[in-house]
Parts: sequence; C-alpha cells; structure tokens
Amino acid sequence: MDSSTYLDMELLRFTTAGSVDDGKSTLIGRLLYDSKAIFQDQLEAIERASIKKGEEHVNLALLTDGLRAEREQGITIDVAYRYFHTPKRKFIIADTPGHIQYTRNMVTGASTANAAVILVDARHGVIEQTIRHAYIASLLRIPHVIVCVNKMDLVAFAEETFNRIQKQFMDFSANLDIQDVRFIPISALLGDNVVDRSKSMDWYQGPTLMYLLENLYISNDNNLLDARFPVQYVIRPQITAFHDYRGYGGRVASGTFRVGDKVKVLPSGFSSTIKQIDFGAESIESASAPQSVTMVLDDDLDLSRGGMIVPIENGVSQSQDIDVMVCWLGEKPMQIGGKYALKHTTNDLRCLVKDVKYKVNINTLEKDYDDKSIGLNDIACLSLRTTKPLFFDSYRKNRITGSLIIIDEATNITVGAGMIQ
Amino acid sequence: MKRFSINHLRELESESMFVIREVAAQFENPVMLFSGGKDSIVMFHLARKAFAPARVPFPLMHIDTGHNFQETIDFRDSLVEESGVQLVVRYVQDSIDKGRAVEETGYNASRNKLQTVTLLDGIEELKFDCAMGGGRRDEEKARAKERFFSHRDEFGQWDPKNQRPELWNLFNGKKNIGEHFRVFPISNWTEMDVWQYILMENIAIPNLYFSHEREVFVRDGVLYAKTSFMQLKDTEKPEKRIVRFRTIGDATCTGAVESYASSIEEIIREVAATRVTERGSRADDKRSEAAMEDRKIEGYF
Repeated sequence: MDSSTYLDMELLRFTTAGSVDDGKSTLIGRLLYDSKAIFQDQLEAIERASIKKGEEHVNLALLTDGLRAEREQGITIDVAYRYFHTPKRKFIIADTPGHIQYTRNMVTGASTANAAVILVDARHGVIEQTIRHAYIASLLRIPHVIVCVNKMDLVAFAEETFNRIQKQFMDFSANLDIQDVRFIPISALLGDNVVDRSKSMDWYQGPTLMYLLENLYISNDNNLLDARFPVQYVIRPQITAFHDYRGYGGRVASGTFRVGDKVKVLPSGFSSTIKQIDFGAESIESASAPQSVTMVLDDDLDLSRGGMIVPIENGVSQSQDIDVMVCWLGEKPMQIGGKYALKHTTNDLRCLVKDVKYKVNINTLEKDYDDKSIGLNDIACLSLRTTKPLFFDSYRKNRITGSLIIIDEATNITVGAGMIQ
Repeated sequence: MKRFSINHLRELESESMFVIREVAAQFENPVMLFSGGKDSIVMFHLARKAFAPARVPFPLMHIDTGHNFQETIDFRDSLVEESGVQLVVRYVQDSIDKGRAVEETGYNASRNKLQTVTLLDGIEELKFDCAMGGGRRDEEKARAKERFFSHRDEFGQWDPKNQRPELWNLFNGKKNIGEHFRVFPISNWTEMDVWQYILMENIAIPNLYFSHEREVFVRDGVLYAKTSFMQLKDTEKPEKRIVRFRTIGDATCTGAVESYASSIEEIIREVAATRVTERGSRADDKRSEAAMEDRKIEGYF
C-alpha cells in the first residue's frame, strides 16, 4: 500500500448489536481476520487460548474480549472499539454487548455511528432484542442499518428462512424511522458473505457485508445545510506578535462557514462577519463539519465557551422548556422534580425534570402515558426546564446541536442521553 | 449543496483537537504526558495546532525511568525549547530513593511498572486534575475498552467495569475533589494512522525510529539494545545489527526490529507489510495475558 491510496480513505464508524450467542464477536473477529487486521502474535495468542479451552475452531471471539472477566465468563461487558481498514476506508467498530445493560451500551455505541450492523440468528428469527436494537438505531438516527441474518449454515442456507426473517423485520420496522436498511445472509463462523461471497447461497445476489461497508454513501450523513459553530475555547495569545488576536476555537457541528460570511453570535444576538478561519498555522477559506478550526470575527463581541456562531438567517431554536427523548443510563431511578446537571454542545447548565410525557415499551414500541417510573435502560420523553435558554436544533435535524447528556450532581455520573424533539 | 468530505486522517485530527480543547476548557490544571515516543509527539503536535497562534496552555510531564535512550532526551529538550512549552520531569529514581517504589531484580528487571508510582505521586504533588496520554485503543485489548475521558478515583485507579458512558461528542469531566481524569486524545488512531499523519504533517521524530547500526542481543525472541541498564546472561552475546525501534519506551523493555527503513515512507511500507503488532516487541505486555489491564487498573498510562 502506498501513501497516496491511504490518504484517500474515508472514515466509517459502525456499531454492532446482537443478543447473546448470535455470533457477534465471531463476526467481528472474521472481519478483522479476513481484512488482515489481525496480526500473527494476536492470532497465536488466541490459538493458544482456544486449545487451552479445548475448542474445536480457533475462537475468534477471544480477540475482542479484552478484560479478564470477559475472557473467563465468555461474555462481553463493555463497549469495545476495534479498528481495521481496507484500501477504501478506515473503520471504527463500536462493539456493544447484547445482554447486560444492553440499552446503555448500545446507545453509547450508536451515538457516533454512521451505520449499525444488527445480527439476527437465522434459527430464531426476529426476537425482542432485534426490535430493541432496531428501535435504538432509529431513535439515535443511525443513517444506515444492515441486518445480518447469521448462522445460515445451521438452517441449511435456506432462502425461505432468510426471506421470512427479512419480512418479519420489515413488518415491525415500518413503524420506525430508519432511512436505509439492507439484509445479508451470512455465516460468520464459516465466512460466508462476510468478506468473500458464499458458495452455498447462489440465490443471494446482493453485496457481501464488507462490500456494503466499503461502499455505503456516507457524505450526506452530516447536516450540510444549517451551519453551526459551538464555541469551545477562546484563544488569546499573550504574546506581542499576536497582541490583538482573539480567536474562537471549536469544531464545526454542521454546514459550512466561509470567510466573509455574515454571522450572528449567540446568546447575545449581535452580528458580525467572519474575518479569518485558522487551522493551526494556516488560514483557510472555508470550514465544514467535522473540522476543528479557529474563527476570527470582524468585531470585538462578547462571546465565549457555550456560545454559538450561526449564519445571520439561521433558524436555530431557542428555549428554556424542551421535550427530550431520554435513554436513562443511571442505576438510580430518575426523579420527577429532580434537578440535574446538563451538557449541551459546549454549554454546562442545570435542568429540572418537570414531567414524564410518556415511556416507550421497547419490546412492543408502544407509548405508555401512565407509567412515570424511569429506571436504568428505560426510554422516555421528558419535559425539561433549563436554567438558561438553550440554542438547539431538533435531533432529527442535527445530531450535534440536538443531543445532550444529563449528569447526576451528587455522583457526577452521566445518567441520561437526551435527544431534543 | 456541494458535498464535503475529508480524509480519515483529517477527521481524526479534528476529533483529537476537539478533545484537547475540551480538556483545556473543563479542567483547571491539566498536564500532557510526554514520553518522547511518536504517539506523544503527535499528541503534542495536535495540541499546538489546537491553540495556535497561542502557546499550549498546559505543561508537559515526562516520567523518567532513568533507563533512557539519550536520543529521546535530546529530542525532548530541543522540542521544548523550540515550542516554548513548560516541561516537568519526575524521576523513578527519586521514588526508589524515597522508598516509594522497590527496584525489580534479576535479568528481566524493569522500571516500567514503577513508573505508575512516580506518575501518581507527580499528579498528586503538582495537583494536576487531568493527565492526557498518548494511549491508543488499537494497541492492546484492555485499552480497547478505554474512554476518551477516563475517570480515576482518589487512588488513581481505573474501574473498567464501571465506566461512564460516553455519548456523541459530549465529554463529562465532572469530578470530586481528589479525583482526576486521564484523557486519551488519540484513542481512535491506529499505528498506521500515526505514521501516515507524521508523514502528512512532516513531524520530526527521534532517530531511533529509523534504521541504524546498534549493538543488540536476543532474549526470549526479542532484540534488545545493549545498554548499561541491562544485565546480560552468559549465553547472550551482543552483536552489531541494523535495527530500528517501533516503539520507544524504557530501554529495558523496548525491543528493536531488524530493518533498513530509513525514511517515514519506508517505515509505512514496513508497518503495512508486518504481521506482528507493535506491542509484540514490548516485554512489559508479555508478562501475562492481562498484564496491561492490571497495570491500567493500578493507574498506569
């Protein structure tokens, strides 16, 4: 591989979800192994471990179970990140466990993903967990969902089984907001349709999983229209050469900013013009999501961390009362009337939980307007009041300016993941 | 609307700059750990980019085992002088002299594990509330479970089974008095990403990474540099070979590889073709399958 091909690679982040024993670790091991991301010393180490455990095949799952407790119990406890690349793309896998704390971990993995790979065991078809996984993928607005029907080798590679599962999935997901869904019949254990085409399933003419991951169109996944720049850090060099320099460091959340653009700064509402956009030592003409840059404005305005630069005609929403879909991640149940710390873009503030509007039954996807008790792994729509106005977009429109986290003020633990309605 | 796309190195770069700026904004007294290895050099380069034209608003800290390659120390000092950053050094030897750490003995004696004591003492003494490290998740499987913002209790310990969930780009650095954070800005980079970025940005690195002639000896299949810190067994015969280092750590546990790669491009070709992980030449990881997890729980980098 020469340097120039490597520099042309795009980054794709995907999350994997499945229930216990549906072969998720094996699938990841297979992707890493077949894309040659596994090195000889790692392979030798798991070969030794497989022999020690008396297993028939080299257990590729051992590659991903990083903690001692996981290897001993043969389970995955926490979200693990894996990396591999092909000449086309670099991949980051957020590998989330399927059993304990499934929602908490899957939501974490899903929050930054471009794609979700959901595994279904061909013998069991769509089960409750599949519905949960698909719901979370739609709630977190993962742009692409790939359903892998695994263990096809155990159902004699039968096309009818695959078709039946595809129909089951389509039937219930009609109620969900999934933008792009694909189905692939695979055998992670034997490698069928993972990287190489299956020789046992001539009836399947679609792409392999690897081909799909390499070719999903992801450039449109970011919001390209509404330019948003949350100010992260004010840069004021206390050195003579840059005496009057005042730059706003941050990462473009969405859209594009150009030198000369008329902008408005929030919360003050004053307007100005972009004078300069700096990236390290160089000045650039424009900056787009997800670039980290430093903006210099024509006017000296009151703007600091927590503020936002937006186009003059911006359409950003402003309110102290917001409705938020929340995944509760804390062990301690949520308290109605309770006060929590809140992080939204680069803003730190506090909020009061006014009410639970409804709770979602994630097995049936029905809304429950009576049950107000929210505990670990529950998903509910909450009404919040914040200590100061929030400048936001709906999560549907913008994953960065529409997301927030809720923090327990006593323990400082992140207890809620929120998506503004 | 014209579509915009950036390559994966630029995306990783922006992500890391974002994380480093979050540290500067969320903590009162952060520090960046600097070993002189390529990962910490890249991390420092990203920090300079994040705050340009201002200086980096936190110091560097080097935990010095005393078992250094002189090239690393020379490189460190010239980088500090050129960038104007403040450098603090804390010595493992001081921890040993104070009785805070006990030197290992025998042929495989290493100060690698003792660094944890010096590091935690340094953080406590200088009241740092956040230490940034150049750890990458692809290095080792216990690291694959590490967060960008990793909370440590008052003993500096990591609790892998009870980590804070980390969502979107919202990093929660809230903590109680006495607790601190470890932050890993280049978590999502692989060894290959680091090398490609060094090439793309033309970043200077110590000569040890390039092919050179050196006196080495073989132990447990690993090539070690002959230094005054390493006790040789009778059967071990030092000889001159053409080698380079894939990682630069304590000289007692950093293995060399035979290589003629004398430019970044050649190193990249070599890394792309290699079938052994970069930590495959690190004796500190070979001690047991959970060696890294154990050291991390205690408060290692």
